[in-house]
Amino acid sequence: MSQETGGPDTPSPNLSFEDRLKAARSKQGLDAPPKPSLGDTDSLNQGGLGGSPWGIGARVGVELVSALVVAVAIGYGLDRLFHTTPILTAVFVPLGGAAGVANLWRLFAPKS
Amino acid sequence: MAAEGSNSIDALGQFQLHSALGPIGASVNFTQSNLMMVIAGLGVLALLWLGMKPRAMVPGRLQAAAEMGYETIMSMCTETIGGHEGRKFFPFVFTLFFFILFGNLLGVFPLFFTFTSHIMVTLALSLLVFVLVTVVGLKEHGLHWFSYFVPQGIPKALAPLMVAIEFISYLSRIISLSVRLFANMMAGHVMLEVFGSFIVMLGGLGLLGYFPAALSLGVNTLLIGFELLVATLQAYVFAILTCIYLHDAVHLH
Repeated sequence: MSQETGGPDTPSPNLSFEDRLKAARSKQGLDAPPKPSLGDTDSLNQGGLGGSPWGIGARVGVELVSALVVAVAIGYGLDRLFHTTPILTAVFVPLGGAAGVANLWRLFAPKS
Repeated sequence: MAAEGSNSIDALGQFQLHSALGPIGASVNFTQSNLMMVIAGLGVLALLWLGMKPRAMVPGRLQAAAEMGYETIMSMCTETIGGHEGRKFFPFVFTLFFFILFGNLLGVFPLFFTFTSHIMVTLALSLLVFVLVTVVGLKEHGLHWFSYFVPQGIPKALAPLMVAIEFISYLSRIISLSVRLFANMMAGHVMLEVFGSFIVMLGGLGLLGYFPAALSLGVNTLLIGFELLVATLQAYVFAILTCIYLHDAVHLH
């Protein structure tokens, strides 16, 4: 392989400078070749929050509570609308809890 | 601000709005929060304009900062949303990230106000993201977008239940996105205020209070550094979550 300095054979101008540098470095054997699609799953996995326990804890709390808040708001609003006061709130609260757990599952589920 | 002549800590007084810019501001309810938003916006423009003015091959500090911000957000967009669509949403995510980042960082300076510490501001931002994501999803997929609420491979009998849960979960993004930013900023500033009040109150005790007052000053110094970290991290989290939601809207499942 000829040792060209970028120019004509750069893969595409769409890549960022970091990517092109990485590609060039791995081509020259300076770096290990990039692991495929590591960044993608990583950034999707935990919302880029890293592994700090405080961050994860705050995240879990916010996700659980926000789903419940939305569910209670929907249930209470519908109750006010249809004059069925406790029933729909009572129906939506467990749904909200389930939605909170679904949020968490989406965050921490092992990627297949 | 707090504990002036009294022995109580007024930790939340710092979040009170009052009008800025004298009588003109007062007549149109232009608050210091609005003023800080304008300053943050001008700050972002100044960073980009002044930073990119030299157009040097080897960038100076300001140019390096501007370029690094651009590159970071660009790669975040293309990696998370996906190549072509990512570039389409880059301006939006870039604006959002830098507006929040400047709002958070300016709030660390004394006498400045943190507009991201108000739930109304963060809620407006997350509603903007939510509406955009929904509109993008509907535009990309039409009515087929509603299949987003039906998880793949579930029994037919469970579908109504799952749709309700998914719907609530979808709506809860508004709350979780806004509360995360708001709570982090507000908690940090309350902590700063509380330990700042400790310094004043303990210092007023005389000789006995000097050591704990100095300790509080040390804690406050650490908190400022921590606050810088949180300010950047929360802006980043807001931006990347926006990207993830946009990815979901564009690609469905």
